[in-house]
Amino acid sequence: MLSIKNLHASIEGTPILRGINLEVKPGEVHAIMGPNGSGKSTLASVLAGREEYEVTEGEVSFLGKDLLELAPEDRAREGVFLAFQYPVEIPGVSSTNFLRTAVNQVREYRGLDALDAVKFLTIMKEKMKLVEIDQKLLSRSLNEGFSGGEKKRNEIFQMAMLEPKLAILDETDSGLDIDALRVVSNGVNKLKSPDNATIVVTHYQRLLDYIVPDYVHVLYKGRIVKSGTKELALELEEKGYDWIKEEVDAAV
Amino acid sequence: MTTITKHKITDLFLQNKPLTQNFENLRKMGLETLEIKGLPALKEEEYKFTQISKRLDQQITNFKAAQPASLNKELIQKAIFEGFEGDIIVFNNGEFVPTLSTVSHQNYSFSLLSDSKSEILGSIAKVENDPFVALNNLSFKDGAFISVPKGKKVEKPIFLLHFNQANQGQVINQRVLIDVAESAEVTFLENTISLDEEVYFSNSVVEVRVAQNSHAHYYRLQNENRKAIVVNNFVTDIHRDATFTSVATQLQGGMLRNNLTMNLLDSGCEGNMYGLYLLNGKTHVDNHTNVDHTKPHADSNELYKGILADSSRGVFNGKIFVRQDAQKTNAFQQNNNILLSEEAIINTKPQLEIWADDVKCSHGCTTGQLDEEALFYLQARGIGKEQARGLLLFAFAGEVMEHISYEPFQLYCTNLIQERLGSKF
Repeated sequence: MLSIKNLHASIEGTPILRGINLEVKPGEVHAIMGPNGSGKSTLASVLAGREEYEVTEGEVSFLGKDLLELAPEDRAREGVFLAFQYPVEIPGVSSTNFLRTAVNQVREYRGLDALDAVKFLTIMKEKMKLVEIDQKLLSRSLNEGFSGGEKKRNEIFQMAMLEPKLAILDETDSGLDIDALRVVSNGVNKLKSPDNATIVVTHYQRLLDYIVPDYVHVLYKGRIVKSGTKELALELEEKGYDWIKEEVDAAV
Repeated sequence: MTTITKHKITDLFLQNKPLTQNFENLRKMGLETLEIKGLPALKEEEYKFTQISKRLDQQITNFKAAQPASLNKELIQKAIFEGFEGDIIVFNNGEFVPTLSTVSHQNYSFSLLSDSKSEILGSIAKVENDPFVALNNLSFKDGAFISVPKGKKVEKPIFLLHFNQANQGQVINQRVLIDVAESAEVTFLENTISLDEEVYFSNSVVEVRVAQNSHAHYYRLQNENRKAIVVNNFVTDIHRDATFTSVATQLQGGMLRNNLTMNLLDSGCEGNMYGLYLLNGKTHVDNHTNVDHTKPHADSNELYKGILADSSRGVFNGKIFVRQDAQKTNAFQQNNNILLSEEAIINTKPQLEIWADDVKCSHGCTTGQLDEEALFYLQARGIGKEQARGLLLFAFAGEVMEHISYEPFQLYCTNLIQERLGSKF
């Protein structure tokens, strides 16, 4: 589904990603962990098409298409979804109108008819239950005045509405209390299917108790330096990142 | 190169002033003020960023008053927007046109200023406030007087519709006096239609008295031709427990200068000023607002927002004056701007003078570009870049539009804005 080969990216001339290789197949959950500043969020941003990052080398194909060639909106329409680490507050744009515009533009791209207001609302109500989000929240301006937990829940709600093939969760768990974490993870788990894949970028092993990964990758200095199964995450939780850093730095 | 003195332009106006018998007192005050002060010179602080005199010198060649243009019913029909119901008062180059107006007289009275003998004419907009008030005093031929009697609620809005076109003279003078009596309620709409693309200079004065416990709304659209030079002095006296709300939507013109003054004369009164300027090309719009808190327990709210594209220019100067007596004042002011091009310019300046010690006053201004992070967020959800941009700009502008409480006019202005945001800006 997603194939990343030797991906290099930099911001304002400073290299951040220095040769990422990653294969994600349908139905899989990949966790990307790593110390602060290792390039985790950069990877998520580059995949979603954030313009500040310049891809200097390598390729990314998504369902056979060159992802890097596509504008951010077309990546979303193809089925890539990024749950933002810091969801943006947009005053004056109601959550409902925004989502309806988004859903219908995605549908149009996929050759489907636009949803009318009634159908849209029916689907919305159904998906709201997934993340236990209050309708009152959705009649307000997008993310404006939302608590941290509400913002993250709203991200997963949007994901449910857009039905992506590849979901990238960028530190969706950071700052959440246990209850909110459980709600958000439940939402993600319910959306999992054999046809779609999830990349979970996280700093804390705790999330992986709720969203169980098939693979765990450790990112350090812009490269994946270690890959394993969920046991690797437990080991990291116990021993921290220093042993990996030492291993890598010794090898250089 | 010609050197411009304030006297040159002032002289040109004085040479071309109409010879009239009426409004003697007003004419006299106007003349005296102009002779002493003249129109604003190049370096004059109040007109530093909007050099009207220079613009007049460069572009106006005939300082005579414009003669009435040719108007017909179709033009009026075209200017009426969907859903509008109410009276229309039509002005042709500043002169009232009875044949094309519909004045019901049901809930208010309408007359020419020359017939009204109103004593308050010239007492609200004072010559010392602005030299263009003096110029208007001297130059206007006649004007409109609208008064709403005590306790009346005028259900439908009164639409002041101006048609402007240079015609054997390029100067248009407009004068309107509105008197809203105690506990009355009324809504005014105003629009100006340029009949062609040629330059004219329109100098208008609107005076409004909002008497005790009354409520008045004034919603104005400025969407004139790209050469129009406009100065507008709008002054309101707001009395005890009365509320006045102004919403100005500015879309196009050559150089527009709006002086909006609210005098909060007693306790319990409220003055609201909202404005949106959505500019492109070389349009220059200057909003100078002035709120004068004189007594305790009065509120003022002000929000002006601007979106500037191409090489357009905006000026915002918001003065709030809180006098020593005006304890427990609430005065809020906000000016936010988005610049869409490298060439667009905004000069913004809040000016607070507070002499009372127990007040709540705040002001803030921001100038920036379109929020790239928000744009990316919308794109990342599948919304195309152009549409995302339009959505964000419209959301920004919408905060002002929601203060137009007469829905058909809100919709009309909103549609014009969406049209502008949808097209190449």
